[in-house]
This record gives sequence, C-alpha cells and structure tokens, in this order.
Amino acid sequence: MQVSNTRQIKQLQFGELFFRKGLALSALLLGIILLSIFITILVASLPSIKAIGISFFYGKTWNPVENDFGGLPFLIGTLVTSILALIISVPFSISVGLFLGEYFTKGFLSVFFKNSIELLAAIPSVIYGFVGMFILVPFVRDLETSLSLPPYGVGIFTASIILSIMIIPYSVSLIRQVIMLVPSSLKEAAYSLGATRYEVIKNIIIPYTRSGIGAGILLSLGRALGETMAVTMLIGNSQILPTNIFAPSNTMASVIANEFTEATGDVYLSALIEMGLFLFVVTTIINVIGRQIIKRFSID
Amino acid sequence: MKSRIKTTARVAAGAIILFSLAAFTDYKIEKSKKALVAEDNELTGAGATFPFPFYSKIFDEYNKKTSIKVNYQSIGSGGGQKQLQAKTVDFGASDAPVSDDQLKSFPSPIVHVPTCLGADVVTYNIPGEPKLQLTGDVVADIFLGKITKWNDARIIKLNPAAKLPDLPISVIHRSDGSGTTYVFADYLSKISEQWKTKPGKGTSLEWPTGLGAKGNEGVAGLVKQTPGAIGYVELIYALQNKMAMAKLKNKSGNFVEANLSSVSAAANVKIPDDARVSITDTDAKDGYPISSFTYLLVYKNQSYDGRAEAKAKNTLKLIWWTTHEGQQFASPLMYAPLPKEAVTVAEKILKSVTFNGKSIL
Repeated sequence: MQVSNTRQIKQLQFGELFFRKGLALSALLLGIILLSIFITILVASLPSIKAIGISFFYGKTWNPVENDFGGLPFLIGTLVTSILALIISVPFSISVGLFLGEYFTKGFLSVFFKNSIELLAAIPSVIYGFVGMFILVPFVRDLETSLSLPPYGVGIFTASIILSIMIIPYSVSLIRQVIMLVPSSLKEAAYSLGATRYEVIKNIIIPYTRSGIGAGILLSLGRALGETMAVTMLIGNSQILPTNIFAPSNTMASVIANEFTEATGDVYLSALIEMGLFLFVVTTIINVIGRQIIKRFSID
Repeated sequence: MKSRIKTTARVAAGAIILFSLAAFTDYKIEKSKKALVAEDNELTGAGATFPFPFYSKIFDEYNKKTSIKVNYQSIGSGGGQKQLQAKTVDFGASDAPVSDDQLKSFPSPIVHVPTCLGADVVTYNIPGEPKLQLTGDVVADIFLGKITKWNDARIIKLNPAAKLPDLPISVIHRSDGSGTTYVFADYLSKISEQWKTKPGKGTSLEWPTGLGAKGNEGVAGLVKQTPGAIGYVELIYALQNKMAMAKLKNKSGNFVEANLSSVSAAANVKIPDDARVSITDTDAKDGYPISSFTYLLVYKNQSYDGRAEAKAKNTLKLIWWTTHEGQQFASPLMYAPLPKEAVTVAEKILKSVTFNGKSIL
C-alpha cells in the first residue's frame, strides 16, 4: 500500500513537473519566435538601411525607378486611416458593449447579437473590400461630387469607414466582458442612493471599466494598423501626401502587399522589408503609449 | 528523491528530442533521395504572371505528348529572376528583358528566349462611349496630370467627331508592381522627354497623379466604376471583358487598333541576336505601339550544380517546342504568336546554349 502510494506521488510529481516545463517552453518559444521575426526583418532590411539611411523615415518620395525610398506618405496614410477608423468606431463599440454587457445580458436575442458581432471578425477582409467597393464607393463618390471634390470614391475616408466596421468586434467583445465584471454591490449601492440607470453607467460603470475599455480600443487599433487587403482595395494607393480626408493615400501594409512580388533589385526589396520593420516599430510604440494611457486612467 | 525524478525527466526529454531530430534528418535524407530519383522528367519554372494561362496550356499539352511534367509558378517576373539566380528552377520567365544592371547579379550568363507577345491598351470610361483616337504624347500628358479634362483642345483635335464632355480625367494606374506597368512606362519614356526623366520606366513608378488599383481586374473595375476615368490594362484582359480601347497613333502615323495581328506585326522589326529588345513605339507600319515580348530565361551554360545532361536537354527541348509547335495555342488564348523573324532569333539563341561546352540542340 505504502509503496504504491509513493509511486503514485512520484508519478504525480513527474506529471506536474512536465506540465510546468511544457508551459514554460511554450511561453519561451513565442518569445523566441517574436525575436526571430524581428532579427530576420532587421537583417533583411540592412541593404536598404545602408543605401537610404535615416531619410527612409521622413522622405516624401517613393520612387522605385530611382531607388529613392521615403516612407512618410505611408506612415501618414496608416496613422490617419487607423485613427479615423478608431474615432468612428469607439462610440459604437462602447454603446454596443454597454447594451450587451449591462442592458441586455441574457436571453436568445442577446446571444444572437453577441455572436453576430463576433462573426463580423470572421468575415475575410477581401469581402469587406468588395462591400466597400460596390456599396460604399458609389455613395462616397456622390458625396464628393456634391462637395465638388474629384469623384474618386476611394480614399482615406472610404477606407476608414470600412476599417471601423472591421475593428468593432475586437473592442466590443472586451468592453462587454469588463462591463459584466462590474461588481453588482457597487451598482446596487448607487441604485439605493436613488441613482438612475444612466447615472450608474456614467458614474460607476464607465469609471470602473476605463482601463478595460482602453484595452479594447487598443486591441482594435492594433488590428486597424496592420489591416492590408480591404484597405488596399479602398484607399486609392497613391503615394502623394494626402491633403484632405477624401484624398487617395496608401498605407505601410498596402505598399508591401502591392509591390513585393515584382520588386526587382536588392535595395527595392530590402526597402519594402524595412517598411515592415518600420510598421513593427510603429505598432510597438503605439502599444506602449496606449498601455501608459490605460495605466494612468485605471482606478487601481 | 525529487532530484532523481528531475534527472529522469531530463534524460527522457533529451532522448525524445534526440530521437525526433534523428527521425527528422532521416526524413530529410529520404526526401532529397527522392528528389534525385524524380530528376529529369520534371522541370520547374517560375516567373511572369502575364503569360501564365498560355504556359499552363502548352505545358499541359507538352506533358500529354512527351510525359515530361512542367511545374510553373506564376510568382511575378521579379520573383522568376530571383529564383533563377538562386538556381532553384530550371527556367525563369520575365515580361521585361533583364536589365544590364541585374544581369550582373546572375552567377553566369543567361539567355532570353521570346515566347509570345502581349500588349497594353488604353481603356476609358466616358459617358456616351465615344470611340477615341490618341497619340502617345497626349497619353503621356494625361498620365502626367498635365491634361486634366476630357474636353481639352488636344483631345478634341484628335477626335473632332466625338462628343467629349467637360469632365475631369481620373487617372487609374496599377498599384502593384507589374510588367504591364513596365511596358506602358517604356512606351511613354520613348515618346515623352518629361516622362523619361520622371517617372521613368519600371515595374512600379512614382505616379504624379491618379489612383492605384491592384491587378488588371482592379484597374478595369475602377475604370468601369468611375465616370471620366482612364487606365491601362493588358490586351487579353480588355478583349475578354470587351472594354473600350483607344486607337493609338504609331511611329508611321497610322492610328492602330490593338488586336492580335497588330501586336504580332509590331515585332516585324530587326531583332538583335540576344532578343533583348523593346518593341514599344515600333517602326513596323501596322504595328500596335505598346506591344512587348515575354521571355523564358535559362543559363547559357547548362552544366551547373551537378545537373544531369538529360535535364538540360529536356529544358531546351521544351522551350524549342514552345517557340514552334506551341505557338498554335497562343491565338485561341488571345496571346499574339511570334512572327517568323522572332522564331529564327529564338532558334539561334537556343542553339547557343551549351552543356560542358557542347551545344545541346
């Protein structure tokens, strides 16, 4: 009896150890993969870094014929479309989050709405591109005509609208969950003091979930920065610095997707990879800043 | 006790890793052995997307005839050149001849064999669908953003009978790097001094105006959607989709419509021995001015990297067939077949390819 007991304990210990090591290994592996990706693109962009230098980050021309590569128009295009998309989507994602997390938490319809919104994330981005192309573009074109702008239909504005729809599910699912986590004791206390539902939301739920809402928005921003296909189809792919939000522009992810296959010449290819590195760095910086902001706003 | 278990675990984990490594190496060896056995009856090529339907048809026909299997991947001309440089394929394919600069980055000399012809057409969307005639310099100035309205005096002068509206011109160009763009820019560089200095010619350009769209279908779609748009697409694509095409004035002063015979006619010029020639703005009387060859690329000396002679022979035979019997499959797929003179040049080039210093064909 005793013998079998120690054997069992041994086996359990062995299992525990193996499990823990396995977890550590998986975590380590992910870190290694991230680092390897960074090193790979860094090494592959060395020829371009050597040939172009620092002007890659502020140059306004992207001229593959002359091997003159400046990434500023793409940086501006990426930031403007993503931030515009965020501005459009945030009111919606907070409202939907409140609706599903506070007002309408149970029942068939709630599940239906919740799943529908999550399904938005499952639609391939090329489909969003087509929807934008055939449904949104004619509207925007009419709008542009009435504003006496060139009737392109595609451009920053169109791309941002589609992008805002694409990123909503990412923020909604997180915001809904943090709203549901607000302790009912807090809410009940407020109600007992005579607060209306709106006052509870304004004074209890929103302040309590600030950091969660921030994280949700950050998640959707990350998605917006890297989105390629739908944006490529709708942004107009022009390297000229945009002058207004209806102007055609280009993003960092788009230019890589567009030009990579036919990039002849080492510097050209390397410049496109450096663009990827640039996007990597920009995304990281935005994430770090975002985290700081969330930290500052969180109550605990 | 605990430490003993730890040691056992470590030994076990080590053994598992070693074992799987060994298994993996075995697998790799197995695989490379297989690759050696598969050898000579399988050829691989990679490159241009434009002639892909033509190549896949004729390689299929060739397979039925000879049981030689050709695996062609249409990864783009740039990629094709890269793969051939790395010697991972038996032949590369490119829409534009490899530039002098890039020729230097090949480990040993390569040859260009023309296989068929393609062309770019200028397509447009003007309400009322008038038929347009344009000259090269007008096209250049439209794409440079210097002509901005459809009722510009220079366009009206070329098309006195057409009803041209007071509509802004929306220029649509390719956003992805493309041989189509290269041919278009090559033509405009010959016509317009300003184009030659900037944007110049290449697979991607710094466009002074307009919108970019991905692929022929992207450009065609945007042109169809946007009133007042003008763009350029491959002839095949325009024919299949029955798009409006402008007649272009060629060097001899004739306004020529783009079709298979006018494109083939464009190659009726003196072709240099290495076939690396641009036939845009052709001297041929009935030739369409934005036409070009597409090429297969192979190393001039085929005995590299321990390649079997049989494989070299099969590669060459395939390309020979492509430039001869294979040509009958071009027209039905709307590719312009090679004219006689080009075939003669291709023959000479193929005969110059050697294996261990001896001519293969």
